[in-house]
Amino acid sequence: MIELLSGNEAIARGAFEAGVTVASGYPGTPSTEILEALVAHRDKVYCEWAPNEKVALEVAAGACLAGARCLVTMKHVGLNVAADPLMTLAYIGTVGGLVICVGDDPGMHSSQNEQDTRHFARFAKVPIFEPSDSQEAKDFTTLAFEISERFTTPVILRTTTRVSHSRSLVTLGERQETGRAIKFEKDPPRFVPIPLWGRVMRTKLEDRLGKLRELAENCAANHVEWSDRKLGIITGSISYQYVREIFPDASVLKLGLSFPFPDALIREFAAGVEQVLVVEELDDILEEHIRSLGIACKGRQFVPGIGELSPGRLAQAKAAMEGKSFSIPAPPAQAADLPARPPVLCPGCPHRSVFYALAQHDVIVTGDIGCYSLGVFKPLSRIDTILCMGGGITLAHGMDKAGEKRKIVGIVGDSTFFHSGLTGLLNIVYNRGVSTIIVVDNRTTAMTGHQDHPGTGRTLMGETTVAASIEELARACGVKRVRTVNPYDLHATQQAITEELNASEPSLIVSSAPCVLREKKRPGPQRKINSEVCKKCGLCLKLGCPAAEGAKGAAPVINEVLCAGCGMCEQVCKFGAVAAVEEGL
Amino acid sequence: MIAENTVSVVLAGVGGQGILLASEVVARAAMHAGFDVKTNEVHGMAQRGGSVIAQIRYGTKVHSPLVPEGTAAVLGALEQIEAIRFAQFLAPDGLAVVSSQAIVPVTVSSGQASYPEDVPQRLAALFPRLAYVHADKLAAAAGNTRTANLVILGAMSNGLDLPAEAWQEAIRTSVAPKHLDVNVRAFDLGRKAV
Repeated sequence: MIELLSGNEAIARGAFEAGVTVASGYPGTPSTEILEALVAHRDKVYCEWAPNEKVALEVAAGACLAGARCLVTMKHVGLNVAADPLMTLAYIGTVGGLVICVGDDPGMHSSQNEQDTRHFARFAKVPIFEPSDSQEAKDFTTLAFEISERFTTPVILRTTTRVSHSRSLVTLGERQETGRAIKFEKDPPRFVPIPLWGRVMRTKLEDRLGKLRELAENCAANHVEWSDRKLGIITGSISYQYVREIFPDASVLKLGLSFPFPDALIREFAAGVEQVLVVEELDDILEEHIRSLGIACKGRQFVPGIGELSPGRLAQAKAAMEGKSFSIPAPPAQAADLPARPPVLCPGCPHRSVFYALAQHDVIVTGDIGCYSLGVFKPLSRIDTILCMGGGITLAHGMDKAGEKRKIVGIVGDSTFFHSGLTGLLNIVYNRGVSTIIVVDNRTTAMTGHQDHPGTGRTLMGETTVAASIEELARACGVKRVRTVNPYDLHATQQAITEELNASEPSLIVSSAPCVLREKKRPGPQRKINSEVCKKCGLCLKLGCPAAEGAKGAAPVINEVLCAGCGMCEQVCKFGAVAAVEEGL
Repeated sequence: MIAENTVSVVLAGVGGQGILLASEVVARAAMHAGFDVKTNEVHGMAQRGGSVIAQIRYGTKVHSPLVPEGTAAVLGALEQIEAIRFAQFLAPDGLAVVSSQAIVPVTVSSGQASYPEDVPQRLAALFPRLAYVHADKLAAAAGNTRTANLVILGAMSNGLDLPAEAWQEAIRTSVAPKHLDVNVRAFDLGRKAV
């Protein structure tokens, strides 16, 4: 059967067909949809959202040592969090197959950096597969499980945004059960890396890597497409597709298993062509290695390493190589003065009032990763720093201890708080900090498309469970000033923030209201502006709500399609010009 | 140097307008017509009211899921200035289908920029083959203002060599059964509007 699947759906399908029985991950664009697709097979595969990527990988490691085949999913920056278990799991090795699917984001469509996960494969000395379309995403997933079990190693499957979120045709296969009973076989020298045994594992790791090098020479994922011998291109991942498009006549060495490097295959290919070009997105990892083999090649001097590749950018590189010039068709002159349309907090978003209230104070706001990152844009402009998951809390404390005179407010979301906010909060209390932390709690992981987390009371499998309380956790950390506000009550939110900013001890405010997109029901009646009462002061537009459309010299208008009925505009209006639209009108 | 037997389609608009569904329908229509097909779409942060595009390519064998600039056979825009923003993707002889709907960005409401007043003139100057469609009104006539995406798709179908049955089958396999009739009506109204 042939189906049109995204790369992520194809990975889920591949994991299902490979007989996976345990899957764990943390949502992150572009990797999120893998587990959402896999959980459709909940009768055969146990799936869970872990609070963070480190936990997810450790859960899978435990399951794999008991004999289960396991899939772990995360985005590129998630692997930084999971790097600790990865590095030592590579020593211990696997029993059941374990594949870590990592989604890189060249071009930073929805990420704070564009790091290249291939470095981690070399760093941890584990193999890495790179599919270039959905069929390969499925095929390489099943192959990765086979390799993982045959060589007892964790395997990384690296996608990029364009592989994860492109759809293409996939031929489906049948599920193969492992047939292995789940039973942990005790064997301390194998599973306990105390230095005595860890040193032995260290040597075995190199032996395994040697065997994997041999595998890479003959692996089905690496192949040569001979054509015109004047130019030979070495490539992989999505770049392969752009190469086929722009250099239809060139010979190609496509590396689906890109580490360990297949040195003999690379040498043989290079010897068969007049000139070698390396085309890789992000870092020049392949090129550097090929040069180290003494093979002359072109690459980074023509193919850009910053941002995402595209057929146009590769056509530009080709022209430059040939001494010609090619410009990618640019947006027309008529687009030069178009208003920018950056992503914004949705109409009715409960986070909006927190940023609006903070605008009344001369404070520093250390932000975090989530929808609320959008509070950085005008007119709200209430985020001053973002570093990483949980960094909103820890950076606040650092600035405080550095002696910054202004009050520092850390903002994190609920899912981010559970991911890595708790230890930072504990640190503030323990080390006698005075930061104010606001948890903008919309009861979901909103940015990635509404995934459950330990605070929602629901699991990925659809079961009800204990909903962890942010307030109780904060109190258990020793925070004495903990309070909850309804962000749709703007006055109460402003008052709570003002009071907590004046406190000389750590405090935590939970701004609690569900994400309007998730609820699919308006928090209140839609609003309209009475243009005869409106003084055109523009205060309602300072909320930055997409539903309130301003025009020069005229009263703002509320877009009736977009208005979510949060009523914040009515609360900020000093002239009573905003009122509820009566039902049925 | 770009594969010439691959047909490229670009959809532009504002996050939340139903671009992903429209993209899926085009892809399935091409699939039902027997072609190889690839699509590309944007998830995550850019979805929240920002400019978004989706790309679909079909042919006997499709390599890149990304549409090279200047090659799309059809550009469909669910919001009128988004057609201008992504005009560079359309081939010189391509068909532009543009909704007359205007969604004012927050950058305009907060006074950082202004929404152009001469959009029809700009569109006419940019696109030799232009279909300026009142998608909102036609969607309302079909029975649901949220089907403006299918209206635009119907108009776009006039510029693509896919059989009518493939479109119908694609709509049937992409939308929930209870919304099927209204979506088919919206598509048909759009198809007749050009």
